[in-house]
Amino acid sequence: MSPAGDLGPLEVRIARKSVTNAAGQPVEVLAHLAFRLAAGEVGALIGPSGCGKSTCMRIVAGLDARFEGAVARPPGPLAMVFQEPRLLPWRSVEDNIRLAAPAVDEAELASLLKPLGLAEHRAHFPGELSLGLARRVALARAFAVRPALLLLDEPFVSLDGPLARALERELVALIGRRPVITLLVTHDVGEATRLADRIFVLSPRPATVLGEIRVERPRETISPAEARSIEDQVEALRGAA
Amino acid sequence: MAARLASLLALLAIWVAAAHFGDPRHLPGPAAVFTAMGKAAASGELFAAMGVTMARVAAAFVVAMALGSALGYAMGRRALFDQIADPWIVALLNLPALVIIVLLYIWVGLNEVAAVAAVALNKLPNATVTIREGARALDPALDEMARVFAFSPMKRLRHVVLPQLAPYIAAATRSGLSLVWKIVLVVELLGRPNGVGFEINEAFQLFDVSLLLAYALPFTAAMLVVEALVVQPFERHVSRWRPRPA
Repeated sequence: MSPAGDLGPLEVRIARKSVTNAAGQPVEVLAHLAFRLAAGEVGALIGPSGCGKSTCMRIVAGLDARFEGAVARPPGPLAMVFQEPRLLPWRSVEDNIRLAAPAVDEAELASLLKPLGLAEHRAHFPGELSLGLARRVALARAFAVRPALLLLDEPFVSLDGPLARALERELVALIGRRPVITLLVTHDVGEATRLADRIFVLSPRPATVLGEIRVERPRETISPAEARSIEDQVEALRGAA
Repeated sequence: MAARLASLLALLAIWVAAAHFGDPRHLPGPAAVFTAMGKAAASGELFAAMGVTMARVAAAFVVAMALGSALGYAMGRRALFDQIADPWIVALLNLPALVIIVLLYIWVGLNEVAAVAAVALNKLPNATVTIREGARALDPALDEMARVFAFSPMKRLRHVVLPQLAPYIAAATRSGLSLVWKIVLVVELLGRPNGVGFEINEAFQLFDVSLLLAYALPFTAAMLVVEALVVQPFERHVSRWRPRPA
């Protein structure tokens, strides 16, 4: 296993991000939101719904350039799993993955599809898949890119518990195999605890980082007591705000 | 299917009856028309005229669809461009076909370029407004996906944009073909020395309704075949991913 240190970090410094609401007035969504992830780390942004997590994610992805501040991304490919699967409905599962990742070879594709239970769905169109399967295709597509930076915007929202947990385990296994910086947005403290090395707790609008919690590895063996302590820390940070 | 066939037979029966009781010079029966058709086909004139007209239809259609699609896409994607180009398109939409044809014949001359351009210009605004609707309805979520995964412009066009525009392109094609071939006949009647429109003008001079129908009916049939063999298979192909209703 080569050290992941040759990749640059992800540095996000957003001084201000405003949007114009329906009435035409500017609303500040993000204010002084800054954090840093080193190579190989998984970061989780958690905060109340509507606090601007997705806006932050779009800025990190480079989809929104209208903000004050700077984002330094690690060099290399970017991959994102959106809240909705965002597959091309008129292309098969395999084509969806290959279009995003033209360099992926047959062996690698098979090794991605099999653990996600997608092997027999290769030739299907996204409209023939359940939401859970479509989300897995979105995950497979993101990994096929071999990203230097992986962004996950509530990737398991609206999935039932056992399925979400199974996909979480797949995600941990895939992240462990590659030196990739992962940024996850979620409102579920448990999910953040199970997946992240660093948890950034965000305030309500305009969002800023209230505090950072480190989760010690190995994360697979986290005890219920530790998980509860992290939840308490999150609550304490929110209460102090 | 049976209803369609019965309806078609009823039309034929009315034609026979009307021809039988009316003046055969104004409305010849099917037999007379088919005889005239056979004569024109045997001399080769029917196929020569149809070939020339078909080539004009194809040229005008391709030019109008290519320019109209590009223009409609740009207008659907850029609000400022839409505001600038929209009055021109509205003016062109409402300019009578005949005015465009005559003006082009005067400005460009009685030649093939003017003929094809006149037809294309008549079809262009329809294609533009249809494709513009499609471009406005493009899914921004897929656009973002393509940006994140660094799709090249060609890949984006082929796999993201065109599949979404396909129903609009099919609609523009369908309405376009019928419009284009009707206008091509007028253009030929006014200023070309060959083609179906020219032959129909001849038939008009001679007051020969059999000859007129002998040229008009095969050409209509040919356009129906194009619709059935090209447009409909294209539509089926581009919508194959849609889950079929059970």
